[in-house]
Amino acid sequence: MTGVLARTAARARTPGAPSVGFWTRLLRWSPLVPATVLLLLFLVGPIGYCVLIAFTDTQLTGQESASFVGLANFRRAFGDPAFRNAVVLTLVFTVLSSLVGQNTLGLALAGLMRRASRPVRSLTGAMVITAWVLPEIVAGFLLYTFFERRGTLNALLEWLQLPAQDWLFTLPIMAVSFANVWRGTAFSMLIYSAALAGIPQEVTESAEVDGAGGLRRLWHITLPMIRRSIGTNLMLNTLQTLSVFGLIWVMTRGGPGNRSQTLPVFMYDQAFLKSLIGYGTAVALLLLLVGALFSVIYLRLLREEV
Amino acid sequence: MRPIAPLMLLTATVVAAGTLTACGGGSGSDPGTVKVAFIKDTNSRVTVRDDYVRLVARQFEKDHPGKKVRLIPIQASENDYYTKIQQMMRSPRTAPDLVYEDTFLVNSDITAGLLRPLDDHLRTWDAWRQFEPAAKAAAKGQDGRTYGVPDGTDTRGLWFNRKIFKKAGLPADWRPKDWDEVLAAARTIKRKVPGVIPLNVFTGKGAGEAAVMQGFEMLLYGTGEHQLYDPGAKKWVTGTQGFKDSLAFLDTVYKERLGPDVSDALSPNIQTNVAAELLPEGKLAIDLDGSWLGQQWQKTGGGNPWPEWSATLGQAPFPTQHGAPPGRVSLAGGWTWSVPRKAQQPDLAWKLIETFQSRPNALEWCVRGAQIAVRKDVAADPRYRKSVPGIGFFTGLVKISQYRPALPEYPRVAAAIGEAMEAVTADDASPDKAAADYDATLKSLVDGRTVAKP
Repeated sequence: MTGVLARTAARARTPGAPSVGFWTRLLRWSPLVPATVLLLLFLVGPIGYCVLIAFTDTQLTGQESASFVGLANFRRAFGDPAFRNAVVLTLVFTVLSSLVGQNTLGLALAGLMRRASRPVRSLTGAMVITAWVLPEIVAGFLLYTFFERRGTLNALLEWLQLPAQDWLFTLPIMAVSFANVWRGTAFSMLIYSAALAGIPQEVTESAEVDGAGGLRRLWHITLPMIRRSIGTNLMLNTLQTLSVFGLIWVMTRGGPGNRSQTLPVFMYDQAFLKSLIGYGTAVALLLLLVGALFSVIYLRLLREEV
Repeated sequence: MRPIAPLMLLTATVVAAGTLTACGGGSGSDPGTVKVAFIKDTNSRVTVRDDYVRLVARQFEKDHPGKKVRLIPIQASENDYYTKIQQMMRSPRTAPDLVYEDTFLVNSDITAGLLRPLDDHLRTWDAWRQFEPAAKAAAKGQDGRTYGVPDGTDTRGLWFNRKIFKKAGLPADWRPKDWDEVLAAARTIKRKVPGVIPLNVFTGKGAGEAAVMQGFEMLLYGTGEHQLYDPGAKKWVTGTQGFKDSLAFLDTVYKERLGPDVSDALSPNIQTNVAAELLPEGKLAIDLDGSWLGQQWQKTGGGNPWPEWSATLGQAPFPTQHGAPPGRVSLAGGWTWSVPRKAQQPDLAWKLIETFQSRPNALEWCVRGAQIAVRKDVAADPRYRKSVPGIGFFTGLVKISQYRPALPEYPRVAAAIGEAMEAVTADDASPDKAAADYDATLKSLVDGRTVAKP
């Protein structure tokens, strides 16, 4: 078949050859047809449908027919204290668990593992990656039993003669952030391991000869050289963290009160528990915007610094 | 080479079409199969309903040769179950033929056009005459048509542990006359029997509508007439003292540590914990709960067999706030079998309802499920009357039981009440502040159809 295509192409390029026939042109594009149809149907279709619904007052139940309400859902969101609360918590959750937690811990682990002995390296790697490959819901239950009032963490603290805490109740957003760090660090670690492996040995060695200590080498050599990886990693991490739902739902359901209700949980609550599909979808679009905003910032940073 | 082009296009189209239709296929619109969706207990060991549905399904398949029943048990908390079936009912590809609905949602789902009226069948169905009028009204839409057949009802009251009461020096035939006496008993237990939770009142968002009905409305309906919805004015009520007092009662229970630990009380698992652990293990003295609790402890399918429960637990009606007549409060609810509008086999579904509600099967369900009978012939049956200890007590509450305002917007009003309860219980707001927030939410939920009743 490649031969057929090559011949067709060759003939099309030959000057003076008869102009390309309809069937041939169609043939050239035809391999794209299934992919395009699938893309339109399963990606563009639903997204378009979502955008449409966000401007209506569609409900899951309790309403005869939906009508177009313009920007009402968006106006409602900005006037809704629960929505603003969710935005703040989403930012806290993202900064704590993704930017600070996963990112730095991933880098630290990757750095330490370069120096560690082989058994330590395989063991750490296996442990971190296990947390990553666990389904979100399983990880959620595991961490729930860890943080719960009668859970592992408090048992440990009591054993150490330290005061126990009701973590999921007093510090729910911290607990779920930690859970996300636990679960997602492997991804950063893998990216940074690859990046660190890419730094030429000579550069580090000559810096050492020049008398640069560990911290200086990190700041002046390692970080600038893996800047691109940092940017990519931050972007992917942030986008992933923004959409975390199962973990929080299993651990706290957004509670107590609304104290761990990030945007995805708020969206689910409005769309499915309160049946306000239209409003929930509008919130989803706003969440998409927040993600896009973060991406633009990272891209900007990357472009300026390199 | 020319002939290849159309051939390839054709292949591409076929492949695409195949892939796409495969996603939508498998809907099982096989004319011989009737699909039944129902809720499965979050405690996997409790199989009362599953067993009963399976029993009826087998009987149906035997009575209708060639027909099959496909069971769709949905294991989820109640709120998640509602969401799931509503989504299923929206599309003909996923709509079950028969669905188990809580009566508080029926009107909401009728308004949304998700259900099918059953009047044509009911007119010619002999057994319908056996149903109590209140039960017949349970699944009636605002258009006067009936959209479901109830299989039982339930009432609510106080369950108390006689052993703990004895240790605390409280009477075995406890009958509190007002809220203060309930709280006084709880305080006595806290003082005299340490290590035991004195009183459980469901609260917050975790337990879903159950907390609103068993917890809040049992309180609210004892504070005066029409504190939630005014049927005369056809408006929702705001600003009542009763609403604030009910929240204040919860505030007292959880602030004085008379209830379960707050984080447990707000957990979505609290209902399961109460029935499976706290009551059977003697860790809870008083529980404001539903008539069906006994089903959890039955020998067959109960999941937590606890034969001594009938001797250990006593029942008392829940009192009105200050003991005003009739002196006790109960709310009634229940579930119905309904046929979704987009069901593919509505006639078979109706036949299955008939099988569910044949007299022996209806009796079987009331006995197994510790249900309060809605059929006169079942209620009169000696087997029913002896089925579960305490059934007489809870059946006696039917005549004073009140119903929730089963209007299309009720589920969302209930969600707002759940939030007010959660705010008070988690100490995020005072009862007055939470009540004011509820009033504001309510106005937007019902398009301003509210009336202030100070």
